[in-house]
Amino acid sequence: MEKLLNWIDARFPLTPLWESQWGKYIAPKNFNFWYYFGSLAALVLVMQIVTGIFLTMSYKPDAAKAFGSVEYIMRDVEWGWLIRYMHSTGASMFFVVVYLHMFRGLMYGSYRKPRELVWIFGCLIYLALMGEAFFGYLLPWGQMSYWGAQVIVNLFSTVPFIGEGLGVWIRGDYTISDATLNRFFAFHVIALPLVLIGLVAAHLMALHEVGSSNPDGIEIKKQPKDAKTGLPLDGIYSHPYYTIKDLVGVVVFLFVFSIIMFFMPEMGGYFLEANNFIPADPLKTPEHIAPVWYFTPYYAILRAVPSFLNSQFWGVLAMGASVVLFFFLPWLDRGAVKSIRYRGTLYKAWLAAFVISFLILGYLGVVPVTVWGQFPDGWPLVGGADKATVLARVLTVVYFLFFVLMPWYTARDKTKPVPERVR
Amino acid sequence: MKKTFLTVVAALLVGTGTFAIASGGADLRLAPAPAHRLDAESLQRGARNFVNYCLNCHSAQFMRFERLQDIGLTEDQIKDNLMFGADKIGATMTVAMTPAEAAKWFGVAPPDLSVISRVRGTDWLYNYMLGFYADSKSTTGWNNLVFPSVAMPHVLWELSGPNRLVEQEFDDHGKAAAAAIAVKGLVRLASAPGGKWIVQQVDTDPNAPGTMQPAEYRAFAADLVNFLDFVGEPTKNKRISLGIIVLMYFVVLFALVYALKRMYWKDVPH
Repeated sequence: MEKLLNWIDARFPLTPLWESQWGKYIAPKNFNFWYYFGSLAALVLVMQIVTGIFLTMSYKPDAAKAFGSVEYIMRDVEWGWLIRYMHSTGASMFFVVVYLHMFRGLMYGSYRKPRELVWIFGCLIYLALMGEAFFGYLLPWGQMSYWGAQVIVNLFSTVPFIGEGLGVWIRGDYTISDATLNRFFAFHVIALPLVLIGLVAAHLMALHEVGSSNPDGIEIKKQPKDAKTGLPLDGIYSHPYYTIKDLVGVVVFLFVFSIIMFFMPEMGGYFLEANNFIPADPLKTPEHIAPVWYFTPYYAILRAVPSFLNSQFWGVLAMGASVVLFFFLPWLDRGAVKSIRYRGTLYKAWLAAFVISFLILGYLGVVPVTVWGQFPDGWPLVGGADKATVLARVLTVVYFLFFVLMPWYTARDKTKPVPERVR
Repeated sequence: MKKTFLTVVAALLVGTGTFAIASGGADLRLAPAPAHRLDAESLQRGARNFVNYCLNCHSAQFMRFERLQDIGLTEDQIKDNLMFGADKIGATMTVAMTPAEAAKWFGVAPPDLSVISRVRGTDWLYNYMLGFYADSKSTTGWNNLVFPSVAMPHVLWELSGPNRLVEQEFDDHGKAAAAAIAVKGLVRLASAPGGKWIVQQVDTDPNAPGTMQPAEYRAFAADLVNFLDFVGEPTKNKRISLGIIVLMYFVVLFALVYALKRMYWKDVPH
């Protein structure tokens, strides 16, 4: 065995690669609950790729056959139902895990210098994941697949001057059709998975270059070394310590995952929507079209922005900006400390406001704007307007202010001193 | 479930009761379907009902006859009692009528029922079967409390009797809502012209009973819906029983992995 390894190492840096990326990677010893979600995201990615390969063997990317082929997988393919449910549950759980992973970054300032590129690669992964989810959602060819794709592609048609041509170019047709299904299939199973795997590799390599942050935001690389081990005082080898700790997280995650997948795979209509069991019908628009839950905060922002100069494009711009703003966090944050543990009340309050806005916007994106009725006509400013729309507007402003005011409130915040050693 | 959840959330946020209606709308309360996925006899009766009464117009094109072995029927039983049009046991449940013909005769093509239980849910389907009543104002002569102006006629009227709509009118929303809540089973609360409220129910017509007693008909509908739920996801029972085993496996695995983690982490100083 050792001989073989030596033979390989003389020709390919296998041992150095393993040691730099994981085997001898030194991580802070104080990772808490929030640090499980990185490895869990990697797990879900692998699961999606493997189940996806098997689904591809029986799925037919053909407008006349797609819906039936999914039912064929659910009924006639051996274990097809399990593989399909793993994939559909995995899609939503991917976003659950990624949102928690991103929230961890916000709480503990994981994006701060010197980890800007780790963060940017992460944001790119998030963008690619959104694309992957969007393209994949068309494939079952149900009513929600069809009309959801119609709505999203129409967003691109609002771009001034080139919009209409852009829409046709994306669809390959004047409506969502067989041509669209085929190209979305290509993007979903080849193009974006390749991009995702590349970005994940870059994300991890950048992380292992600069080293992990931790809940205290202390740079362990700057600590004195332990005389005996030669490691930073608060550093441990990630292998075996985090290998085994992450394994505990994996088992707990798979337990939760299994509860959903085996006992409520539709998750009350949020993971698999009831309307998506109706085959796509281009002549019959569903009464209420809402995207899948993980897109709803952005959808709510899109709907909240009023049309201006006869164009809906401003809403599209706002929605785009609400995602793109994440990229700038490393430079918007001017706080003296990284972690929320040593931040003052200003940052804590803004982060709370941001999270609450995001969650309520997520809810508002699911329901029709008329859900709470309208304000009475006589009221100043808001008279006659949908209550839900007014709230969505307020929350959209809060969402953007979290980013826009960040240089100001993080610099002014009364921070606590950061200790030398982790807690 | 999603709708219920949203209604509850909306009700909590706005602070109104169960019968929260936007102006001009209507609210429907469904009776829970007394269907059970493990009741093989009910499923078999449901299969019989489905083949006899539904499969003439409605297909279940993704469902194979041989799959009925999952509800305890033998291949011969299926061939002899349930297969009229098809002859191969691996055939799917299709109908002779083409969608174009159907659209000409009924106005709309009867939907395929393969996954209808996943679209509507069992409660909705059960109440839909109970919701038909004779309505001289509609083109088919029938109407449905759950699906107003539905194109489908009441195919089962000989069993249930033609049924009639019973309406109570109230001046006050509170009183109407209280009356609706007091009703057992399917009920609809709607706003009526002049700021009034009506509570609607479907009831048997004493002058025109069906061949079945009301309770008998409800059981008939429950069996049918139970079967439709099976057709919607034939692997459901397998999924749930496998799930229990998988969860137990993860519980054991957790104990082992957690013990291992504690052992390894002993030498990390705190």
